[in-house]
Amino acid sequence: MALEAKNVYFRYNKKQPWVLEDCTLHVEKGECLAIFAPSGYGKTTLAMLLSGYHKPTKGQILLENNPLPQNGICPVRLIYQHPEKAVNPCWQMRRVLEESGTLREELLDALGIEPAWLNRFAHELSGGELQRFCVARALLSGADYLICDEISTMLDVITQAQLWNVVLSEAAKRSMGVVAITHNRHLAERIATRVVDLPNMDK
Amino acid sequence: MEQKDTTLLEIHDLSVSFRMYEHGLKQTDLQVISELHLTVSRGEIVAVAGSSGSGKSLLASAILGILPENATVRGHIHYQGEELTAARQEQLRGTEIALVPQSVSFLDPLMKIGAQLDGHRRPRQTEKRKNLLRRFGLPEKTPQLYPFQLSGGMARRVLVSTALITDAQLLIADEPTPGMSLEQALEALRLFREMADEGKAVILITHDIDLAIAFADRVAVFYAGTTVETAPASDFQNGSKALRHPYTKALWNALPQNGFQPIEGFQPYAGALPNGCLFAPRCPYKTRQCMENNPPIREVRGGEVRCWQFEHPCDEREVYHGT
Amino acid sequence: MKKHKTAPNRRTKLVIWTSIMALALIAVYILGIFIPDTAVFSSFLNAKQPPSFKHLFGTDALGRDIFLRTLKGMAVSMTVGIAASLISAVIAIIVGIAAATGSKAADAFVNWLIDLVMSVPHTILIILISFALGRGLKGLLIGIAATHWCSLARLIRGEVLQLRAQHYIAVSRRLGKSHGWILTHHLLPHLIPQFFVGLVLMLPHAILHEASISFLGFGLSPEQPAIGIILSESMRYLSAGMWWQAVLPGLVLVLMVLLVEQTGEHLQTILNPYSVQQ
Repeated sequence: MALEAKNVYFRYNKKQPWVLEDCTLHVEKGECLAIFAPSGYGKTTLAMLLSGYHKPTKGQILLENNPLPQNGICPVRLIYQHPEKAVNPCWQMRRVLEESGTLREELLDALGIEPAWLNRFAHELSGGELQRFCVARALLSGADYLICDEISTMLDVITQAQLWNVVLSEAAKRSMGVVAITHNRHLAERIATRVVDLPNMDK
Repeated sequence: MEQKDTTLLEIHDLSVSFRMYEHGLKQTDLQVISELHLTVSRGEIVAVAGSSGSGKSLLASAILGILPENATVRGHIHYQGEELTAARQEQLRGTEIALVPQSVSFLDPLMKIGAQLDGHRRPRQTEKRKNLLRRFGLPEKTPQLYPFQLSGGMARRVLVSTALITDAQLLIADEPTPGMSLEQALEALRLFREMADEGKAVILITHDIDLAIAFADRVAVFYAGTTVETAPASDFQNGSKALRHPYTKALWNALPQNGFQPIEGFQPYAGALPNGCLFAPRCPYKTRQCMENNPPIREVRGGEVRCWQFEHPCDEREVYHGT
Repeated sequence: MKKHKTAPNRRTKLVIWTSIMALALIAVYILGIFIPDTAVFSSFLNAKQPPSFKHLFGTDALGRDIFLRTLKGMAVSMTVGIAASLISAVIAIIVGIAAATGSKAADAFVNWLIDLVMSVPHTILIILISFALGRGLKGLLIGIAATHWCSLARLIRGEVLQLRAQHYIAVSRRLGKSHGWILTHHLLPHLIPQFFVGLVLMLPHAILHEASISFLGFGLSPEQPAIGIILSESMRYLSAGMWWQAVLPGLVLVLMVLLVEQTGEHLQTILNPYSVQQ
């Protein structure tokens, strides 16, 4: 039961250099793997690969020993660094959540989403509040793995702690696998059961 | 703290509000910065730290006088002891006061990097420019390139170079490091430090409190559009007891390397600010006074703080640990 | 939050102006439609009269009131213009989306087609199409509709390409939503303002083209009181000193076209999210 990257290479086209070279990692259900890397090490690319937004140029991404499904609901969910870009600005938040599945009161409570926010639009919410919605959206349709790409980088540290406490407790409850990509070593060490350094990984 | 004559920039009671359309045709004034105090002395790096979208970048725009038309500015900004008027802002912008903009889109896409580095004038001593480019690891042909030929990280370094190449006394760096590699970011910060050591001053606007603590002399903590506390960076190393404002303590406790314990609640929105102290709704020590009046700024233990509770020995108490 | 009660702000003024202009246009249109055909009767007693209070724009060689004919003609021209623009805008939406979401070959083909249509002068193209389809209303409508979709299609294509790069579209896809679902739920709602602004901005061109093609005799038949026909008839009498039959309907045409153009531009300012705070 694991999400694996096997010798993954990635570049946008043949003329460009590799963004990611020979990257291998795996994450089990129920564990939180932190990938630590400073900027410019292809962290976001790795997140996109793991969650099926990009296809690797070489190598494989395997979910329970099968390739990631290309169609239908993907059990690996990506949460972006910038929540305001990941939400349709013309939609009320209720509709944003319902895109993923039926609202569940207990999940919204657990994430600290107040009912009044559901009637707002993205620009009427702060980054921290929006990011909760993105987490909620990822969880609503029953994901098995959560890829968190710098989800708290743009937030203040109090909101960061609030958000991660919620994510980790929900992930534990559902025994999900979490991949946390971050440039903050302290954060990586605090939240993860295992920390991987991206710059050293391929050596 | 330092003598008066070393003060380079002094901001008093600065408020910035925007005239906005609410829904349909109703217009309201949205207060984004309220009664902000900040002093910057020669030879120091002052970090303004707060969450993104809280209006920090507007502070830079207000100092430079490049706010959009629908903004209203109240309060005083003094530069070298003299009021910074619109005319003076225009005169000093780019020469005495330089900005490292937040976004790469600040580069003119139709102008070669070289011309932009030199600030649209005749090329100045190229020695300095060469030196700067070398230190940032930018290829020597960079000045001949157009912005679209640069990678994101290169463009970032060019932005920092455009500001450093001037002989500015005051540098305002708005989130200069994201997109740079660790070494490049460190190099940029080292250059800022060198500037400060030459008797100039740097305002480092950042959302990254770790960065602020590590590289600034003083940290101004930005909350809901104002600075609630300005503390020497060393206080953050000495733990929450050395800090003054309940919000700053809460920040310290929420750092992953410390407690990772958040307090409850959210920063209020611009436009829905509470009366009285802006932090009062989330503050564990609030009293009626806090809910009614915004506290004045006070000097305490070598720092400035905006809190009513401060006379009481609040620093002796344990900070409330939320769930 | 402080609220200020001041003189109407810029946006309010803009909305009021646009409403007034739109109302004026609608008034002319409705008047033109409701004037009965019998009101424009021939009467040789009244023929060739210069403008007076009884006949604001004077009368023509057959003694018909030119003011009433102009109103009716404007209504006909606007009907043709609106219908043609509407068809054109729908074509633009379909072609634009097809180019942006389809294969690379489809995109290249659409771009080539746009270049092709835009490189031929519209008037010639409309005349050709209208002539080939036997002139009359049908030929004219198809001719105008077939030539005006290009720039809006290009705009829509760009917009869709930009939207498709948005994170929330990618998220939607990974949530298992189909292309059709994303199109109708995410893309189309964003395109509605573009559609309407494009439509209104297309209108003056369509009206002018209708008038000029009818004027040249390749459009509506001479029995219809179209503005182009009135102007074309007036040419015969211009040398006889009947200036009013050409000048006054011509001025009305110019005025209406300007009004539509302005309304469209204002509408664009109002609907464009980037100019919201101006």
